[in-house]
Amino acid sequence: MEPGEIHALLGENGAGKSTLMNVLYGLYQPDEGEILVDGKPLQPRGPADAIAAGIGMVHQHFMLVPVLTVAENVMLGAEQVRGGMLGFLDRRRARREVAEVSTRYNLQVDPDAIIEDLPVGIQQRVEIVKALTRDVDLLILDEPTAVLTPQETEELLTVMRELKAAGRSIVFITHKLGEVKAIADRVTVIRRGRTVGTATPEASRDELAALMVGRTVRLTVDKEPATPGEPVLELSGLVVDDDRQVRAVDGVDLTVRAGEVLGIAGVQGNGQTELVEAVMGLRPLLAGSVRLGGERIDDRSTKEILRAGVGYVPEDRSVDGLVKELSIAENLVLDLYDRPPFGRGLALRPDAIKKSARERIAQFDVRTPSAEAAVGTLSGGNQQKVIVARELSRPLKLLIAAQPTRGVDVGSIEFIHSRVIHERDAGTAVLLVSSELDEVIGLADRIAVMYRGRIIGIVGPDTAREEIGLLMAGITPDPADAGANGATAGTDGGAPSPSGPGSEDEA
Amino acid sequence: MSTMAVDDVAVSPVNEGFWTRARKAGLVLTVLGLLAVLLFTALAASEPARFTLSEDASGAALKINGTVGAALFGAVALAAGVAILAGLPKRWFTLVLGVGLVGFVVSFLCWQVSTAPAGQNFMPLVNIVRGTFILALPLIFGSLAGVLCERSGVVNVAIEGQLLMGAFSGALFGSLSGNLWVGLIAAAIGGTFISLLLAVFAIRYLVDQVVMGIVLNLLAVGITGFLYERLMQPDPAKYNSAPHFSNWEIPLLSEIPVLGPALFAGNIFLYLGLLLVLVIHIALFRTRWGLRTRSVGEHPTAADTLGVRVLRLRYRNVLLAGAVAGIGGASYTLALFSFTKNMIGGKGFIALAALIFGRWSPTGALLAALFFGFADQLATYLSAINSSIPSQFLAMLPYLATILAVAGLVGRVRAPAADGKPYIKG
Repeated sequence: MEPGEIHALLGENGAGKSTLMNVLYGLYQPDEGEILVDGKPLQPRGPADAIAAGIGMVHQHFMLVPVLTVAENVMLGAEQVRGGMLGFLDRRRARREVAEVSTRYNLQVDPDAIIEDLPVGIQQRVEIVKALTRDVDLLILDEPTAVLTPQETEELLTVMRELKAAGRSIVFITHKLGEVKAIADRVTVIRRGRTVGTATPEASRDELAALMVGRTVRLTVDKEPATPGEPVLELSGLVVDDDRQVRAVDGVDLTVRAGEVLGIAGVQGNGQTELVEAVMGLRPLLAGSVRLGGERIDDRSTKEILRAGVGYVPEDRSVDGLVKELSIAENLVLDLYDRPPFGRGLALRPDAIKKSARERIAQFDVRTPSAEAAVGTLSGGNQQKVIVARELSRPLKLLIAAQPTRGVDVGSIEFIHSRVIHERDAGTAVLLVSSELDEVIGLADRIAVMYRGRIIGIVGPDTAREEIGLLMAGITPDPADAGANGATAGTDGGAPSPSGPGSEDEA
Repeated sequence: MSTMAVDDVAVSPVNEGFWTRARKAGLVLTVLGLLAVLLFTALAASEPARFTLSEDASGAALKINGTVGAALFGAVALAAGVAILAGLPKRWFTLVLGVGLVGFVVSFLCWQVSTAPAGQNFMPLVNIVRGTFILALPLIFGSLAGVLCERSGVVNVAIEGQLLMGAFSGALFGSLSGNLWVGLIAAAIGGTFISLLLAVFAIRYLVDQVVMGIVLNLLAVGITGFLYERLMQPDPAKYNSAPHFSNWEIPLLSEIPVLGPALFAGNIFLYLGLLLVLVIHIALFRTRWGLRTRSVGEHPTAADTLGVRVLRLRYRNVLLAGAVAGIGGASYTLALFSFTKNMIGGKGFIALAALIFGRWSPTGALLAALFFGFADQLATYLSAINSSIPSQFLAMLPYLATILAVAGLVGRVRAPAADGKPYIKG
């Protein structure tokens, strides 16, 4: 890092950007390697050391105490006090300091405002002021624009330019290419915890996108060409908000046919999560409809949707997919515990549950000492296999798999992929959402690219990955291409055929 | 500076249309006023009700005809209630509400005192005020211990145990040494012992803080009960006869009518308790320690990223809380009584209620503690004059008020955000 430089750290979610910066800021300890500041090695044992070395950080989730004032937040940890041991706060000085920094960098904040009353953009400003009053030379901004509106983002970029003019260096963590091109002097791309390249912002967007998404060996999946049948899932005009009441899905029309895999590609945070949750009845629709086999299901409960023949592999297995403290056997019947053969009346039938668990553990190659082990004790790959086993053990019309192989070892990835294809060949419609482009290209028969809540293009799996990368960055090369809502019908892939437990024998 | 106000623990206004929080309070007050004007006045006897400015029937007194008084003060409460209902400016709300409530209470007293048997139809105000403070004292210490703990993010359900342990070790070591100050220090250490256990299990081992608090209360009852039966009962002269602090009259101030003899002729615990309220309030809102405590109680991760050592601060505050509660326990055994089994009798839990009623602020806790103390004292007084109202019913009222308060009548009560949540780094 040079003084007065804005260095962008670009990478997918989970690539290790934030972890790297947390090490630099002293929140995590490095296992190996060293950090040099002004030529001297730095081993921050905690944030206090990092601050002393002139490093400041604005975290992705703000580190502000909501009920305190701006001035109190700014002075916390570095309080100016009077009265010696008694330590009375010198509020006047704190206010003056805030005002000083505010005017010098044109960051208007009211020192006496309570944090929780301020909009997010201003809160971020307080974070920056907080770092600047600590006299930092290097400011780390961790995904600063993730929570901002476009206008607030513009303002932030202006502030960054001013800081740069004042000789401060900035590390700017992001996965948004546009911002990188707008502001960065240098770009380092990180992928799976490694630096995969350094570039200047003059590099074209697709160059950056390619670096970011990676050119690792393509995981090939053996599969026959799809034989798509009747439409199974039909989304029309879907509009959904995220938790912050910001539009996440903005008018999506999509059709998934029996016997095909529709992959949704896109940089994370472009509405994929919300789209899937809306289909599953986990998130209210603001407009539009969801049809399963021609019938509207958007007014049904999640349980009814599951019973209607939808399998769901949620994107965060530890939060939504499994109950970690429960055993594998119990997790395997979370969807069917209340009906025969697993439950009758008010009672569970442990023998049936255990028997079916043993079958499925063998069938889905779950590596575990016993069916009674708590799911939380398994490795990520085996946990994921438990979910897949559960969801594929019902007769399905539609399988929704969100990030089905995130954080999963290569062996399990292959296994899960082959299962998905097997399900497709049995006539199930598959909706695959993944931020791993390789996975989408490897599995999907059609690829829909999602950007800012919209499907901006649907392409075939043989499309050059650079082109898909461009779409993921929001660039539509040729409107004609995007209309390829194809893989057209005609061939009858057959009606959704049930595949009950034990009907598969291929691994 | 605005932070001196009680409302530092934010009270968020809720938009409810016409029925704002103020109007709801006004409605309640209006109903109380009507009750006073109609019922109390009708029941009151047309006899003089005397409020003497001394400890007995003698001396100067405020005198009013029972019926007239009940009607007059009931009308005050009614007027205040109607005024609030009509939409009073916000800055007057607290004052008018206070006046209205006092009016209701005085109207009630006029009725009660005027119907008391002959020879007893007077109320000695000095006794009432002094009794209020004496009964409130353990609550004040206890709720301050709660403030210290919970403002830094550790729930303190163990106040009861800390008070009891303080009372016990104060009595034991006070007796053994025959020295008041040794007893006082031992009491502080006794309370600290209980809070050390709380700190280690809650902060280091992440045990559920509420469960831990309850267990510690039982532990304190067990330990002190055992030692009481083994040591104190067989040989009370040696183990359970601690000297008591005498009352210190503060010159001049103790001459003030009513308040003087009640407030400025008390023992060291009374002065210490009031001083601590002031000191902790100022420290919490004006010093570096206070800012860090509040930050750690609200958002420990934020404090950590700024170099504040979260766990160390929590340890320190929890231990300090134990010392404060320990001294509070000694206000029994080093000033009033000798130790008896389970002598705190639930005051620690009432202190917890005072803490919540007072919105986690030292001054708020003081006012809440005095409110509980007054209700307690009033119940005692009324049973002494053979009131028609069962004293148990009165003794219940403060807790009913607490439930109403917590349910939203005095605004949404919000605990420090990280209260009860263990902090795990990374």
